[in-house]
Amino acid sequence: MTAAATPEPGIDITDAAVDFPIFDAKTRSLKKAVLGRAGGQIGTDSKVPIIEALRGITVSLRTGARVALVGHNGAGKSTLLRLMSGIYEPTRGRASVVGKVAPVFDLAVGMDPEISGFDNILIRGLFLGMTRKQMESRVDDIAAFTELGDYLSMPLRTYSTGMRVRLALGVVTSIDPEILLLDEGIGAVDAEFLAKARARLFELVERSGILVFASHSDEFLADLCDTAIWLEHGTIREHGPLREVLHHYKGRDVLAEKGR
Amino acid sequence: MTTGEHRADGGGQPSAPALPDVPGSRSWQRAFGDLGSGWQQRSLWGYLGWQDIKQRYRRSVLGPLWISISMGVIATAMGILYGALFGEPVHTFLPYVATGLLIWNFINGCILEGSEVFIANEGLIRFLPAPISLHVYRLLWRQTLFFLHNLVIWLLLVVIFPQPLSATVLLAIPAFLLLVINGGWLALLCGIIATRFRDIPPIIASVTQLLFFMTPIVWSYERLKSNPLSAYLELNPVMHFVEIVRQPLLGQPIVWRHWAVVGAITVVGCGVALLCLRNYRSRVAYWV
Repeated sequence: MTAAATPEPGIDITDAAVDFPIFDAKTRSLKKAVLGRAGGQIGTDSKVPIIEALRGITVSLRTGARVALVGHNGAGKSTLLRLMSGIYEPTRGRASVVGKVAPVFDLAVGMDPEISGFDNILIRGLFLGMTRKQMESRVDDIAAFTELGDYLSMPLRTYSTGMRVRLALGVVTSIDPEILLLDEGIGAVDAEFLAKARARLFELVERSGILVFASHSDEFLADLCDTAIWLEHGTIREHGPLREVLHHYKGRDVLAEKGR
Repeated sequence: MTTGEHRADGGGQPSAPALPDVPGSRSWQRAFGDLGSGWQQRSLWGYLGWQDIKQRYRRSVLGPLWISISMGVIATAMGILYGALFGEPVHTFLPYVATGLLIWNFINGCILEGSEVFIANEGLIRFLPAPISLHVYRLLWRQTLFFLHNLVIWLLLVVIFPQPLSATVLLAIPAFLLLVINGGWLALLCGIIATRFRDIPPIIASVTQLLFFMTPIVWSYERLKSNPLSAYLELNPVMHFVEIVRQPLLGQPIVWRHWAVVGAITVVGCGVALLCLRNYRSRVAYWV
């Protein structure tokens, strides 16, 4: 009844695969496609090579899910996050994502160096699905958090890397997502600020219905997540409680070593 | 035990968390959904499109006024030069060339930037989930703003060289709307194809250059009428688009043939672009 009016946020992925066609300069050209079709048999090499980034992925997440994504580089963590965000639709299988998604993959994307910090806050927020009004009401809060003061009216190109990260983190942690997708790489800020960002990040996670977090930092994962998905070569190797999965993945009980 | 709970729940909920009915990637529902949600984000692309313009003239004193000025300079120079070449009187030919140019600039922008619309936004497409139509709306809005800036030149010229304007000038509004709709499907179609086949943008660039000379902008169609070959010029679709906007803006008699052609192109073009959107919308993120 009420559920029909505002569907509960959730991620349902069934037997999904993500295949990337790899076009080199030759296969991506029209000439090849046209000639290949007309020429008939010669076209065996015109078949586009494919990278199977993910296959046979079946995941179902509901409100309250706090999922860690672990796996080696290239195991498909980022691709899975992008599948969950709706950027990639599965090449095979099904994926349904219901709810307001906030992907936090690359803090630099969507930042315009020529416009002021304030304008960047607004644009970034709009991209993350906020309305203009919502952003205007939050801008003071974000400004206070970033501690950038008058710098916010300067163009972004005058900022140092650390200042940019502050700004991006400020916006990202101010939103109200139903599904929060975090990719690693939230670093490059000084320790004092990081402590503050951590607190805000935790608040953000608490506000959001579903969290999926890809990281190599066991400590961060232990703080934020309770379950984990272990990806290997594009498939789900294991999906279960965080401690167990991390134990199998690392081959030792890392959380116990950290005294948790 | 579980069955008991379900009874208590009262048959409203399905007993198992059944898979939500997701339309496949290649469905009309998703295609129109893309266009719809793109439209809903108009505060975003409205802002971005306006930023694009401000960006180009950042730190210049006159700002976006430069759009109007450079347009004015080009139109005046071309109007005088080609007017002299073809022996046309300046007071009619200058507004004619300027009006034609400003319409052409819109069409040209939609075609050229349209073929790059997804390639240029690669970063955004790969990192932020957004309907792909968002980028097309942003492009159209930017081109519309350019057009409005250029319209100042038209206004100046019809004040300096009065034209036989009548109530038909209002027809320029629906004509421009048709131009925008056609710019939209063209950008969408070219954008998707060019993202897959990277040879398309250079092909399109050379074709549009040719089109410019084939279209009566710096020369008058009327003067060629006596030539039997002139009938072939009607095959150039751009000519009809230029005419439907230019005729009302200069108070020329309205030729409904052009409207009919434009109407037909709009219907067919939108159909093809929608089909392309339906089939390849979800592939754009993979191709960029």
